[in-house]
Amino acid sequence: MPDAVLTVLIAEDSATDRMLLARIVSKQGHAVLTAENGEQAVALFAEQRPQLVLLDALMPVMDGFEAARQIKALAGEALVPIIFLTSLSEEEALVRCLEAGGDDFLAKPYSPVILAAKIKAMDRLRRLQATVLEQRDQIARHHHHLLNEQRVAKAVFDKVAHAGCLSSPNIRYLQSPYALFNGDLLLAAFTPSGDMHVLLGDFTGHGLPAAVGAMPLAEVFYGMTAKGYGLAETLREMNAKLKRILPVDMFCCALLLNLSFSRRMVEVWNGGMPDGYVLDTDGGEPLPLVSRHLPLGVLAPERFDDSTQVLPLALGQRLFLLSDGVVDTSDDNDQLFGVERLRRVLVANRQPELLFEEVLGALEAFRGCCRDDVSLLEIGIVDPDALSPPPMTYSDSGQCAPLDWSSQFEFRADTLKRFNPLPYLLQLLQEIHGLRTQSGALHSVLNELYSNALEHGVLGLDSALKRDARGFAEYYRQRNERLQALNSGYIRLRLRVEPQGLGGRLIIEVEDSGKGFDVNKVLGRPLVEQGLYGRGLNLIRRLSRHVEWADEGRRVCVEFTWEALA
Amino acid sequence: MGVISELSQDGKKLTIKVKGRFDFGKHQEFREAYERNAQPASVVVDLKEATYLDSSALGMLLLLRDHVGGDDSEIRVVNTSSDVRKILAISNFDKLFDIS
Repeated sequence: MPDAVLTVLIAEDSATDRMLLARIVSKQGHAVLTAENGEQAVALFAEQRPQLVLLDALMPVMDGFEAARQIKALAGEALVPIIFLTSLSEEEALVRCLEAGGDDFLAKPYSPVILAAKIKAMDRLRRLQATVLEQRDQIARHHHHLLNEQRVAKAVFDKVAHAGCLSSPNIRYLQSPYALFNGDLLLAAFTPSGDMHVLLGDFTGHGLPAAVGAMPLAEVFYGMTAKGYGLAETLREMNAKLKRILPVDMFCCALLLNLSFSRRMVEVWNGGMPDGYVLDTDGGEPLPLVSRHLPLGVLAPERFDDSTQVLPLALGQRLFLLSDGVVDTSDDNDQLFGVERLRRVLVANRQPELLFEEVLGALEAFRGCCRDDVSLLEIGIVDPDALSPPPMTYSDSGQCAPLDWSSQFEFRADTLKRFNPLPYLLQLLQEIHGLRTQSGALHSVLNELYSNALEHGVLGLDSALKRDARGFAEYYRQRNERLQALNSGYIRLRLRVEPQGLGGRLIIEVEDSGKGFDVNKVLGRPLVEQGLYGRGLNLIRRLSRHVEWADEGRRVCVEFTWEALA
Repeated sequence: MGVISELSQDGKKLTIKVKGRFDFGKHQEFREAYERNAQPASVVVDLKEATYLDSSALGMLLLLRDHVGGDDSEIRVVNTSSDVRKILAISNFDKLFDIS
């Protein structure tokens, strides 16, 4: 690199020395400014901003020490090297030069060679400092830019993510404001029948790459939940979508729940997330919701496993989900917090409302400080009446649809095995505008009728199995087994819509190929309100205007009516 | 070097050893370890000296799997410590890899 041309300020009260130095410095190719005392030097510095200063220590009016302090103050963050010119030789005086902000000395008599070398060395330092400052500012600008982008992205994403029901009274969650950029994702929404779908997800990686997959995932989650699709169909769609759009090394660990507050059960699918837990009211052993699947976006659709686990729930129980930030927190010795420590915190918890604080407290005590990439979620099992699912929103124009039609379906074994027709039927029924105010009840009833026909009718399962938690699991094991082996049987479904005055009525008839049941006996049984079974029929009777069984329980007919639309 | 690769005499088996933390910092080296050789029939990922494994390491294993034939690949992950095995188990990677 050629020697740089600098502007050098020389402050020296002796005219001879001043001229001598000026000559040496300008001969080396630099521009020169001269001052006779410190005060002049400071004024010249403020005005001309030279890059380097040669300063005599002892001068009239203002000495070099004071001038050095003022020049350094004026220079701010930029490095303006000051070389003290001095005949002083006592150590103490030299130290004073440095303390006042000097960077080097030059002793009289002046050697042009040494002065040139010192100017060069100081110029290197000056440039280094300038580069560091420039880079620092650049980083700060980029950082600012990035934060701004994140803020905008987050605002857009919040509109998508918080379209759901995270604000329900039975949900508590904790998520760092920029969890999205840690790859954490938390979604919850009501299904049309008043069940709740919940997803806690964790994309591989951090920053933007981790955040980009969240949007399509949220869209699928909300879209399909609102249309009444079950977990299996939603999972399939999410997996296929992520598999298609994400690079091979990216995937999304996820835990999904389908919570039914009216039937008091939960369906769980966990692919790669840490265990979630079902917590008891009395502080019993937490029941883990274990990861049994590969994360979303890893397997091709034909190999994807959408099988879920179904568990009974009791009023007052809580579901507790967490991100891997909790168990993967490590201390100074790379020891992990781990599942066992978490379990102890859960067992020791006595006041449910303090659980989050206790978990975070334990992490903090373990690690010495808290971390900001932990997501916690707790869902209380409450009476369905305590929740208020928002009314469905419809995207059509609200113009009245045809009101006089009927339609009949027969679903046979192979279809029953693989296909859930309910979302399609419900889409069709949504066209009846007069029924929209009852859509929650309609969805629930149709769900119950269909699963009764399938499980008790076609598959011949006995709901009495569900009398305790073990039987409950057994019931759903048998359900899967029999469904997989199914090779005969049918469910017939007939929908009849007819006008009635200014309103109308819908008659749903469901018939199955099963053995039927003794209607009078079952309906005559006292209701086991806290029991795990027998809730379905009760629900149907409560939600529809009229129910009637025929053909020894093999056929059921329910009716919904509506008045003229306002 | 945190990643060492070794091709068997007959060129059929590639062994990749990872030392220390198996995380995003090893991305480049790990990729080079399997890309520089011709496609081997089988791959062994030796984690004997790996102390830790994060989700980006899982991603790297998926890349390796994709590179050597996806569903038809034959990859064994060996000498896994209990901590590493736990992480692989949570993600159910035993459904894709032969882990021991």
